[in-house]
Amino acid sequence: MSATGIGASVRRKEDFRFITGKGQYTDDVNRYGQAHAAFLRSPHAHADILRIDTAAALAMPGVVAIFTGDDLAADKIGGLICGWMIHSKDGEPMKAGSHPALAQGKVRYVGDHVAVVIADTLDQARDALEKINVEYAVLPANVATANATQPGAPVVHEVAPDNAVYRWAIGDEGATQAAFAKAAHVTKIDLVNNRLIPNPMEPRAAVGDYDSGNDAFTLYTTSQNPHVARLVLSAFIGIAPEHKLRVIAPDVGGGFGSKIFIYAEETVCVWAAKKVGRPVKWTSDRTEAFLSDAHGRDHVTHAEMALDAAGRILGLRVHTTANLGAYLSTFSSAVPTYLYAPLLSGQYAIPAIYCEVDGVYTNTAPVDAYRGAGRPEATFVIERLMEIAARETGQDPAAFRSKNFVTSFPHQTPVIMCYDAGDYPASLAKALDMADYANVPARKAESARKGLLRGVGISAYIEACGIAPSAAVGSLGAGVGLWESAEVRVNPVGTVEILTGSHSHGQGHETTFAQLVSERLGISIDNVSIIHGDTDKVQMGMGTYGSRSGAVGMSALSKALDKIETKAKKVAGFVLEASAEDIDFKDGKFSVRGTDKEIDFASVALQAYIAHKFNGQDLEPGLKESAFWDPTNFTFPAGVHICELEIDPATGVTRIDRWTAVDDFGVVINPMIVEGQVHGGIAQGVGQALHEGAVYDASGQLVTASYMDYSMPRASDLPAYQVGMTQTRCPSNPLGIKGCGEAGAIAAPPAVMNAITDAIGHEDIAMPATPLAVWRAIQKGAQRAAAE
Amino acid sequence: MAMTMKGEVALPADRETVWAKLNDAEVLKACIPGCQTLDKTSDTGFTAVVKLKVGPVGATFKGSVELTDLDPPNGYRISGQGEGGVAGFAKGGAQVSLSDLPDGAPGCLLSYSVEANVGGKIAQLGARLIDGVAKKTADQFFTNFAEAVKAG
Repeated sequence: MSATGIGASVRRKEDFRFITGKGQYTDDVNRYGQAHAAFLRSPHAHADILRIDTAAALAMPGVVAIFTGDDLAADKIGGLICGWMIHSKDGEPMKAGSHPALAQGKVRYVGDHVAVVIADTLDQARDALEKINVEYAVLPANVATANATQPGAPVVHEVAPDNAVYRWAIGDEGATQAAFAKAAHVTKIDLVNNRLIPNPMEPRAAVGDYDSGNDAFTLYTTSQNPHVARLVLSAFIGIAPEHKLRVIAPDVGGGFGSKIFIYAEETVCVWAAKKVGRPVKWTSDRTEAFLSDAHGRDHVTHAEMALDAAGRILGLRVHTTANLGAYLSTFSSAVPTYLYAPLLSGQYAIPAIYCEVDGVYTNTAPVDAYRGAGRPEATFVIERLMEIAARETGQDPAAFRSKNFVTSFPHQTPVIMCYDAGDYPASLAKALDMADYANVPARKAESARKGLLRGVGISAYIEACGIAPSAAVGSLGAGVGLWESAEVRVNPVGTVEILTGSHSHGQGHETTFAQLVSERLGISIDNVSIIHGDTDKVQMGMGTYGSRSGAVGMSALSKALDKIETKAKKVAGFVLEASAEDIDFKDGKFSVRGTDKEIDFASVALQAYIAHKFNGQDLEPGLKESAFWDPTNFTFPAGVHICELEIDPATGVTRIDRWTAVDDFGVVINPMIVEGQVHGGIAQGVGQALHEGAVYDASGQLVTASYMDYSMPRASDLPAYQVGMTQTRCPSNPLGIKGCGEAGAIAAPPAVMNAITDAIGHEDIAMPATPLAVWRAIQKGAQRAAAE
Repeated sequence: MAMTMKGEVALPADRETVWAKLNDAEVLKACIPGCQTLDKTSDTGFTAVVKLKVGPVGATFKGSVELTDLDPPNGYRISGQGEGGVAGFAKGGAQVSLSDLPDGAPGCLLSYSVEANVGGKIAQLGARLIDGVAKKTADQFFTNFAEAVKAG
């Protein structure tokens, strides 16, 4: 291992820029002559637009233009799309309602885009918004997930008269029924996976620019995948062909999935730039982010697990209603189907699984991928069931999990996934040891002496990430392939520029990708720069989400580095007057095997460009290679998290006392960065379990639209984590990487809720387990005990 | 988001006098907190401009006020709705009824039952303030109205 190679906890190269305020975010982009956009948003959850009168607003100072949905339609600008086709179990394709970037005749959620004002200054644009007169005919709103498809519920899109986007199913229904028929015990549970609002630190922003001299557009935007944004804006929305549209996603301050999608605002900004002949800029304010960033989760689930007399799992059946909001966001349809149900097997050998998912429209903001995307929801179902089944059958929750673990690989589950490698007992054993699980009873007694309730909860999660094999996702309905690209440009002085289709928005790619180069080429990471997020520089890429940058993006880089090494050996061969086959490359030096003749990497780079030694030979000058990598399987990170907490029954306040995380991420490039990802993921998962919850009232008003009403976890809410690792190599990529970006957020919610229900002695409490909810649950438990 | 509230106030005048004032546009305008204009459009309809502040959101609502279920001199229903532009909307109504005071005391008792609904930015930013603001606004209206009755 070199000092800055694979496995070194190198400090993040990008942090100097970020912590000294030198990051260049989209809002830092200011183009000459730019105007500012402000969006008029619907105050109603569901209404017909009868009339929009913009005359008074157009007369306001500084107003350049006002556009509505009619203007987009007149220019034949297409609606926003959902890129993943899901078929219902009866074979019907999903029912996608049209999604214009500015509403056409109807608004479908509070925050829906009604009109845009473009003015010289932002204040002028906002003032003019006040003068737009919209006449609405308010319609009843369809809000509650569980009731969305009830007869008589208000219809969100006419293409789906019962509000069902699809009624999808996976698994073998008959085999599952048979499993339940022979069960000795059945555990049943009703769960709500609470709706979350992503809240990246940087809100979304866009600057659209149009160069009339070249008839070419540039869009600066807060995107996790600028190439996909360009593809969609070109091929589907029709802004401009791809060679006339450059998309730049510069520094991006977090996304958690919410910046994967192609949104109305960026579409309007880039289109309007040509209409008004000036660059057009928009930056979301925080309330706009609450209203219009795609939300996450929002499932209502009934699940049942069948056990035999020996405590082995025979089968699992699940019915989930997933709220997809008012419109289908870019990848929304896949999240509660193929990113969810195939993970219901957890770390366990379950012979039969059947899961039905109804995706439903409601008059709420679109719901799409949010950190973990489907996998936290699946893990919540299986890990709550495991805990309750253990309690109901009088087994130790750890022993019950152990008994049912998958222990041989590859393991084909009944729901698509083929687990390729793992050692689940090892992670559990290490986590139990680190958590001092043996002494939980003593600590419970000690808490009881203080009048406190102590609970411990285990969560053994698995996720499928590093998405994904293109053929596999294509067969499941994806409209794109999910490979990644990399290009290695070696400069004549031996420094290296890496161009990657992965996009860093907090993950630290500028460090970790450089570490791989350092490891392979034997040069310092200071001599490597990482270029990403610009469609004019990087030819094509699929972006960053689903913990895919290490497993897929770095594998592409590894392949390109293989090609660099092969060519550099040929150059070295000419210089050292030896056959390329006799050249060894190690620690940054090329040497002729069996001799002391050697040349360093930088000298080979120079020789590659001056080309004095191989002119006329079968070798091109230069040292630049590129590669695409398409994996052969998902990757399967897995681990065990154990949460131990104390509740004050007088106030319902929960204090997390200990958190143990043992994860198997395969090969780890930078342990410090990975541990940071684990910390952040747990914080988000604890946020979901104890704090966060998006609330719409019955009329569809979002009443948690600011930090006054939407509680985020704070540092003081979180303990010092104990983080450990186990390691099995991932066999489906050359680096053995599994990915770590989502694990904490996937593992944490059931760990917390298993601990809370352990502490209060019953299962009847939903997330977020706020002090009020916990206190009420304690009272309910006491009443029940008294009644018995 | 919706909220409801109820209250009652004893007034030092008989039902007929109070009823007349409840139907007097000038009195209503003076009593509705933040009312800028109240113009009669029919015997039972008005257009109104009302300035309202909920926490960080201040807005001018333009809308209509209507009197229905008229039962002179026992009561009516007053309802209104207004659009506050980007601040959102507010709508609501009050069932107002007049009855004798107990034990034949002079004057009458005005009881009201209000329901109000707001949406848009007011609901987004002021959610936890709305109950208080709505109650205060209703209280202030009926306090003002009692003063107007007292003043004759």
